[in-house]
Amino acid sequence: MSPAPELGHLFRRESGRLVSALTRVFGVHNLELAEDVVQDALCRALEVWKLRGFPDDPAAWLLVSARNRAVDVLRRERRTRVFAPELTQLIQSEWTLVPALSEMFQDEMIQDDQLRMMFSCCHPKLSDSASVALMLSLLCGFSVQEVAAAFLAEPASIEKRIVRAKARIAASGRLYELRGTNDLKARLARVLRALYLLFNEGYHGSHSTRTVREELCEEAMRLCTMLMEHPATHCPEVLALLALMYLNAARLPGRINQTGELMPLNEQDRGSWNSEFVQRGINLLNASASGDCVTPFHVEAAIAAEHATSASLADTNWTRIVEHYDILLKMRPTPVVALNRAIAIGQEQGPERGLAELAELGQDSHLARYPFFEAAFGELELRAGRAAVAQNHFERAAARARGMDERRFFLGRAAVCGGEQV
Amino acid sequence: MSDFMYLFRGGMNQSSPEEMQKNMQKWMGWMKELSAKGHFKAGEPLEAGGRTLKGKNKVVTDGPFTESKDLVGGYLVVTAGSLDQATELAKGCPIFEYDGTVEVRPVMLMQQP
Repeated sequence: MSPAPELGHLFRRESGRLVSALTRVFGVHNLELAEDVVQDALCRALEVWKLRGFPDDPAAWLLVSARNRAVDVLRRERRTRVFAPELTQLIQSEWTLVPALSEMFQDEMIQDDQLRMMFSCCHPKLSDSASVALMLSLLCGFSVQEVAAAFLAEPASIEKRIVRAKARIAASGRLYELRGTNDLKARLARVLRALYLLFNEGYHGSHSTRTVREELCEEAMRLCTMLMEHPATHCPEVLALLALMYLNAARLPGRINQTGELMPLNEQDRGSWNSEFVQRGINLLNASASGDCVTPFHVEAAIAAEHATSASLADTNWTRIVEHYDILLKMRPTPVVALNRAIAIGQEQGPERGLAELAELGQDSHLARYPFFEAAFGELELRAGRAAVAQNHFERAAARARGMDERRFFLGRAAVCGGEQV
Repeated sequence: MSDFMYLFRGGMNQSSPEEMQKNMQKWMGWMKELSAKGHFKAGEPLEAGGRTLKGKNKVVTDGPFTESKDLVGGYLVVTAGSLDQATELAKGCPIFEYDGTVEVRPVMLMQQP
């Protein structure tokens, strides 16, 4: 019996790797079979390990187990079922079956498979949220319940979404090909959007536990790192997105305290920020500056870098942040970007200027429902010394809150305006 | 001190990879505790398949094909002071969280008690 190794999320990780590899072996139309075989391999590991202890290399054990199960399935069903077309010849003969399978379960091959799966999950006919759900299911080993918990959604509706998305992929004939494909750039853009969404679900979502948030951010970063490490997708926009993720993830421990409560930026313990992540984010951001491509990810990462490297709110270079927001707003003219720009102006030029900027945005009906819009008014009114007006705004924000956490946060701010110490 | 055999049935509800890993880690913890306190003697998981031989003609049939909740999935031999203590120790088994059962059976001895 080997000593307990550091497992992390071994089963989840390996599930994603093995489903990707087996989908290539079986053909994408047999996606479900691939998932069943992986489930079997994991069950077997559980049965054996729980009584005999860990093998020396748990990941390798799982891989061999899944590969052997795949050989069994191919032997049993090669005459009756159609597998991957390019394998038809190889699997018919005992001479080539096992060597071919060993070949296909090499590490580099599996890396490729995972990327192809990731791109397949972002099929143009799927919505971004369906792509994210599918990636969590196929590449991250999340169950329907776990995906539903991540999205704060009903398991039944998530299940429907995932089943439909899988059917779409299964019907697509084959996994997305990374080489010799002319729409790689367009598809990569979809992949990055989905990863950005997944990360933000963790970073900005309204989950009650820090664990769920951290897991989602971690998965997004893991998938994005795979893109960075692959020659076909090592490009500035991937580096910029990963930089953004590191720079934001670095601040996650300060943003949400141990009990899961949101902390305002000026009250965050900057000492709790992860300096290693900050450094990695900066390095990635520098590396992403190669070439002449500037994406919204670049600009967002630059803003995050300003925050992450400032010693305090007062020491922050707000002028530069406002400049970044000016650029970002041109690239991505969304109400939320405009709101953040107005908040930055409030920091740079004082609350009255910020309030004027906010008032201009007030016409937008989307923002009117967004609790942080009301809260932004509240913060600036409070700084301008009009506590009663501020309190009013925070109470309105609380009424629009999308979860208990947010509600508690806004009520806390309202209480501060009322002179209470929280 | 006497030996007791634990027979495990069920406890393999299909769940997510993360759940399975948690399940396994709980087992590891329990097994470690049994070893540390000197109770653990032996234990093996059992394959679901196999064969059954029966009758004078030794008729061989495939597998004990019972329902999976009734199938013995593994066993453990522990040393304990009494059936009561062995039962108490079995209560720490994570299998109950996953809808499984443990049968505790005293191992018979050569010398008469």
